Amino acid sequence: MEAGTETLDKRARGRASWLRPRWLVLALPYAWLLAFFLLPFLIVLRIALSDTARALPPYAPHWTGWAEAWNFLQALDLESFTTLFGDSLYLEAYLSSLRIAATATLITLLIAFPLAYAMASAPRRWQPALLILVILPFWTSFLIRVYAWMAILRPEGVLDALLRGLGLIDEPLALMNTETAVLIGMVYSYLPFMVLPIYTTLEKLDRSLLEAAADLGATPFRRFVSIVIPLARPGIYAGCFLVFVPAIGEFVIPDLLGGPETLMIGKVLWTEFFSNRDWPLASAVAILLLLVLAVPLLVYQRFARKEPA
Amino acid sequence: MNRLRTPHLLALVFGIAFLYLPILVLVLYSFNASRLVTVWGGFSTRWYAALLQNQALLDAAWLSLKVALVSASLATILGLLAALALARFGRFAGRTLFAGMIAAPLVMPEVITGLALLLLFVGLDAERGFWTVTFAHVTLTACFAAIVIQARLSTLDRSLEEAAQDLGATPLRVFFAITLPMIAPAILAGWLLAFTLSLDDLVLASFTSGPGATTLPMRIYSSVRLGVTPEINAASTLLIGLVATVVVLASLLIKRDALARD
Repeated sequence: MEAGTETLDKRARGRASWLRPRWLVLALPYAWLLAFFLLPFLIVLRIALSDTARALPPYAPHWTGWAEAWNFLQALDLESFTTLFGDSLYLEAYLSSLRIAATATLITLLIAFPLAYAMASAPRRWQPALLILVILPFWTSFLIRVYAWMAILRPEGVLDALLRGLGLIDEPLALMNTETAVLIGMVYSYLPFMVLPIYTTLEKLDRSLLEAAADLGATPFRRFVSIVIPLARPGIYAGCFLVFVPAIGEFVIPDLLGGPETLMIGKVLWTEFFSNRDWPLASAVAILLLLVLAVPLLVYQRFARKEPA
Repeated sequence: MNRLRTPHLLALVFGIAFLYLPILVLVLYSFNASRLVTVWGGFSTRWYAALLQNQALLDAAWLSLKVALVSASLATILGLLAALALARFGRFAGRTLFAGMIAAPLVMPEVITGLALLLLFVGLDAERGFWTVTFAHVTLTACFAAIVIQARLSTLDRSLEEAAQDLGATPLRVFFAITLPMIAPAILAGWLLAFTLSLDDLVLASFTSGPGATTLPMRIYSSVRLGVTPEINAASTLLIGLVATVVVLASLLIKRDALARD
């Protein structure tokens, strides 16, 4: 095995020879990402550590250079982070973001799994069309899809009219600007992210395993629990990760569908930045959000590694 | 399994209906003569006509289109280079950091990326407007393009490249004559993904844009916050129609290409 890998490595290196000098190909994207992705985060960290007054007014002073670094370190008192931990609003916003994201992930999984399973069980020639049907909404504007739910959920909206017409409710529908509306918006927007990875694992599922289990007398439920779910696990983990992580930092959905009491950290960051113009505090919120996001990332890596390849 | 069983069919119908009904409602009501969502006032295209009079919205749409075209093209070039590096270079110094920087924007909340980029632009004292939004979009969408192209590169049959190489083709010639045509569908898909993501982005643009440069999603967002308006329904319908047409055409093209190769 060892020797085989080594030969492969050598062959791969030989093949890549047409791309020499490599650094020319690599340099451009590498430099771009360093400049526009990594460097900005270091600036966020720097501003998060500075005092509020330093970055006000909103048009912050020019880059002051490394000479000032020592003064900066001496003046370091973590004011923004003290504010962040001192005010329960921020802690509540983090916790409620986690709760809402987790609930949305669970509901998305419950809707996506049957859909993915049905897609994978459909006749082969249907599957490409079904796949396009599920992916297509993902291509249409996210903002517009969230907006579509505003028209449906608001009082005097489509759902309201429908339920009244059926005589199911007498009061105006009180869904808009609630946490339920946020959950609906999230489940709707992120559904394809859950369906696709689960479908990919289920599609590869060896059907003869199910037939063998059936021949040995396993009930459909038993087959589902002992064969389908364990084999779909990598897809379930990937789907949950792809829904949970963006949901935590979501801004558009809680802002448009949620109410004033729907507290989510992405919205708090936006308000601190655009309304309160407190750049250091907004940066501190961003840094803590990154730390919060590291948790699901580590959990996912742990779970994903446990799965046999 | 040749026949679809009833529970499966139900799951499919409900799932697809859930995905499409909200969009259909929006499209339907964009043709509603009445301003009220609950009242059907007959078929009308008056909101589309009103749209043509809305200069602010038209300007925003034009700006968004320009940003999307430029940023998707730059992002595809960067994404292609990044994908080549990831798929073909094996191990190299700094690979982990590089792969991490490619993957991170995919799951990074946009509010963080937007804030970080704005602070960079302010630090550089760059004038905020078309180029800052475009650069922000390139940074995000190049990573998506890189993932799409890398997926194709890593499943590519290398024997043609090797044959060309054995026959004495220069590395550059191999790339342009063999590799590029083979991954062309993935490059197109990467470009399309970058284009639609840019056209759709609200958060990055809100952070990195300046006065006088309002993109279409920013304009839609500011009117949507005030409530549901038939004009925005019409604009949304046009946007959905545009994206759906382009995506369907592209997938047909890619399919025809794949069939021709077989």
